[in-house]
This record gives sequence, structure tokens and C-alpha cells, in this order.
Amino acid sequence: MTINLHAVRAIYFFELHRTWRTLFQSIAAPVISTSLYFIVFGSAIGSKMTLVDGVSYGAFIVPGLTLLSILTESTSNASFGIYLPRFTGTIYELLSAPVSVVEALLGYVGAAATKSVILGTIILITARLFVPYEVVHPIWAAIFLVMIALTFSLFGFILGVWADGFEKLQVVPLLIITPLTFLGGTFYSIKMLPEFWQHVTLFNPIVYLINGFRWTFYGKADVNVMVSFGMTLVFMTACVALIAWIFKTGYRLRN
Amino acid sequence: MDSVISIRQLDKTYKSGHKALKSIDLDIRRGEIFALLGPNGAGKTTLIGVVCGLVKLTSGTVIADGHDITKDYRAARAKIGLVPQELATDMFETVWATVSFSRGLFGMAPNPAHIEKVLKDLSLWDKKDNKIATLSGGMKRRVLIAKALSHEPKILFLDEPTAGVDVELRRDMWKMIGRLREQGVTIILTTHYIEEAEEMADRIGVINKGEIMLVEEKHALMKKLGQTRVTIGLKSKLDAPPDIPQALDLSEDGETLTFTLTGEGDAEDAGVADVLKALMEKQIDFKSVSTKRSSLEDIFVDLVEKKS
Repeated sequence: MTINLHAVRAIYFFELHRTWRTLFQSIAAPVISTSLYFIVFGSAIGSKMTLVDGVSYGAFIVPGLTLLSILTESTSNASFGIYLPRFTGTIYELLSAPVSVVEALLGYVGAAATKSVILGTIILITARLFVPYEVVHPIWAAIFLVMIALTFSLFGFILGVWADGFEKLQVVPLLIITPLTFLGGTFYSIKMLPEFWQHVTLFNPIVYLINGFRWTFYGKADVNVMVSFGMTLVFMTACVALIAWIFKTGYRLRN
Repeated sequence: MDSVISIRQLDKTYKSGHKALKSIDLDIRRGEIFALLGPNGAGKTTLIGVVCGLVKLTSGTVIADGHDITKDYRAARAKIGLVPQELATDMFETVWATVSFSRGLFGMAPNPAHIEKVLKDLSLWDKKDNKIATLSGGMKRRVLIAKALSHEPKILFLDEPTAGVDVELRRDMWKMIGRLREQGVTIILTTHYIEEAEEMADRIGVINKGEIMLVEEKHALMKKLGQTRVTIGLKSKLDAPPDIPQALDLSEDGETLTFTLTGEGDAEDAGVADVLKALMEKQIDFKSVSTKRSSLEDIFVDLVEKKS
């Protein structure tokens, strides 16, 4: 079976072009807000704090803060990418085109993930201006970054198919992903929590993502890196399975 | 007969339990212009949706240009272009970008020369760099047609192409449809307007309540369904309908005569002429004659009432 590469390319560049059009909202806004975190927690307050796991506090929060932007932006980019055509009605074209699930995903999710990886890279470069940090496993860092961007772009795609209004698109990143990221150890090592909460926090999936990513920076994390990697794979597979089901049943896409 | 689309025993039942299509059997001939007529909610859009892949069929088969639309959807859909009823467009994109996007989506390599030709044919060339949001409704409709033609389809569906469209665009569209037919494209259009079907179609199908009621050559159908109501304004009042062979209705105020003719073209004109001659023989003078073709909606009411 051949693959409709022209369609993948068309969707991918169409979506990237949409980002370009909304450059400020897509790239500048998250970079500015993350920079504020680095200024406040990294430079200002961080300089008064002790080392965490032998890493300065400013450097400690870099991986988590980068992920905060990646998670929320992947989700909202991918969800808007598929929700907008549903909302305006232009989805008819995708549904009537000779495009398979895989091709649609490569286009929409690929574009959203690309955008997030670019954003993550920009944030990491910006962070370097405020706090000195190192990346001891750069290849693993890149793998985690791409996997996490893909996973949450897939998740965003699902959200965009499920949502029946703009409100849901905004509520999920704001009221679910952001709190889970804050509580997932962005600003602290989970070892700092009382013992009971150390166990509870392991139910928060984002703990694994942040710790995996932080391990690639400093070679140390609260959770074993292979566990983190495995969990990331599990989330990704779950999202792919859910999307396959959506297309198979036509859920919310086809009558 | 060479069918480009062949629909067999097609059923569609929505989740709500609404049976939108019931055992549809329909063949569209290669290269023809087929008009699908029916009142609102008859199932026209659902039928198009099934063939184009927007609606999942419940049971039955649809073959488009030799390809099963479910099993071999890629090959089938690549042959089909769809112009939807709703004006759904990417408001912030340019005309050029959105039409080029459509071509890629349907699996075709970029071909700026073809896009240029399509845009020129639709008088969109000078708008190619405009954002779609800045275009008028008629221009947006043209953009949708350009998108549907971007991948050089063999079969073109036009769902209510002239709904809310001005006279000029309607004329342009008819011309464009004529040109496409010359290139061998099969065209299926839905409409409420019998005049439109009359102007363009080779064959006409009538659908109502999810069932195909009849499929006929246009001329045969016009004879069957076309009705003209003729109103004659009299110079002076009459007390009773005139004593002529044709049955005429006199209005209450005695100032107008009305009658209905069925059929089309020459027969119809002759019918009007006969009545006028008869009136003149009786020396009944008139100041105006107007004719009005009955709307499809009226005809449906008749057709449906007769059947039930």
C-alpha cells in the first residue's frame, strides 16, 4: 500500500503555516512567560535556596519548566489544529479526501509536535541566559523531548476531536495539565514531600515525564529513567490506540 | 450502460434512529449531468455524503469509477470532487494556499499551472493572494468550487451550488459546468429549483423521505412534473368564466382568469396561445398575461400526496 505523501505534506505545512501566522501566540507568549519563571524562581529566589540533588535550584527547574510549555502548547496546538476545521466545517475536505488515519496524524500531530520541539529548544536557549545548566545525556534529552511533544500532540488531537466548544480546549491545558505539571515536581524534588504524598504523587503521570527529562540533564532523578521512559511509551501507545478507535468508529467525525 | 457511480441497496440509519436513506438503487452515467431534486430533509445531502465519505453507510454498496467507496476508498475518493452546501472555508488563508492545499490533500503533486487555470476559469485569478475572509459570499462559493476541481476529479458533486448566489455567478456556474462536461467530467448536483435542473441536467432523479421516487430523462420528467400557472388580467370584469374549450378559473373580483398547464416547451406555449385566441374570439379583452412555473416544492406536495 502506498502512502499519500502529498496529503501528509499538505497538512503538515498548512499547520506549520498556521503557527507562523500566529507566531506571537504560539512561540513568543510561552517563551516570555517561561522567562518570567526563570527570572523569579531561577535568578531571584533560586539564588537564596540550597542545592537540590547537588544542582542549583535555578538549574533544577529548567527541565520541568520547559516541559510545562511543551505539554500545554502541544495539547493546545494539536487540539486547535483539528478542532478549527470541525468548528468551521472545513473538516468535510479531510473526510472526503483519500487520506488514512496515519497520514492525517502524521500531518496534524507531526506539525504540532514539530512546533513544540522548536518551542522547547527556544525555551532551553532562553533559559541559558538566566541560569547556567548542563545536559549530560543530550541524545536522551532529544528523544524525551520529541516523544513527549508527540504524546501530548496526540493527546491534543484527541481533545480536539472530543471537545464540543472552545471552552474545553482551554480548560484541559489550564485546569488539568498545568496543575499536574506544577504538582509533578517541576519546582521540587518529590523527596521533599511528606512520605504519604510521595506515594500519591506517583499517580500523577507527569511526574515520570519530568523526572525522565531531568535525568537527561543531570543524570539523577526521583524515578528510575527506564520507568519514566516506559511510562512515556505507555501514554503514547494509549493515545494512538484511542485515535485509531476514533477513526474506526467515526466518533464525532463522521455521522 | 457505462455507470460511473453505481449505488445498490444503500441504507443509512442515523444513531437517532432516523432512516435517512432507504434501499437506494441508482446509477449515474459516465459524462452526464445528473440533478438530484428533493425537498429539504429528503436525503440529498446524506446521499452525497455517503458517496464522498462524509457519512458512513449502514448497509449496501457504492462503486465510484470502478472502486468500492469503503474497501478501496483511496482510489474512489481520488476521483471525486465535492462542493459542499455550507460555505466552510479557512478564513485566514489565501485563495491560492487553500486551493493548493486541496490538491495535495487529494494526493496530487503540486501543479501551479493547473491551479492557475482553475482560478482563471472561475474568475478568481486576481483574488489569488486575498485572504478568504475578505471575499464576498459568491466569491467564497467559487473558492469551494476551485478546491473541488484542484485535483482534476472525474466526478464532481455540487450540493446546492446556486443557493444564495447572484444571477451573474449562477450563469458563470452553468457555463463552467458545461465546460467540465465537455472535458468528460460527470456532474451530480442537488437543487431545489426545477429551472436549474431544467437548464443543465441530462437526467433528473427525485428523492423524498430517503427514497428515490423516480429517475428520468429531463424532457420526460418536465412533461410529467412541469406545471405552469397562467394568469390573465382582464380589461373589464366578467361575471362568469368565459365559454371556451379550456377550463379557466375566474377570480372573485372578476378581474383575472387563471389556468394551469402541464408539460414543457412548445406544448405549453401552444396551450397559452390557444387560450388567448379563444378569448379574442369571444372579444374578451385583456391587459396582461403572466406565466409562472410551479416550484418544485409544490410539485412534491402533489407527488407525495398522490403516492400516499
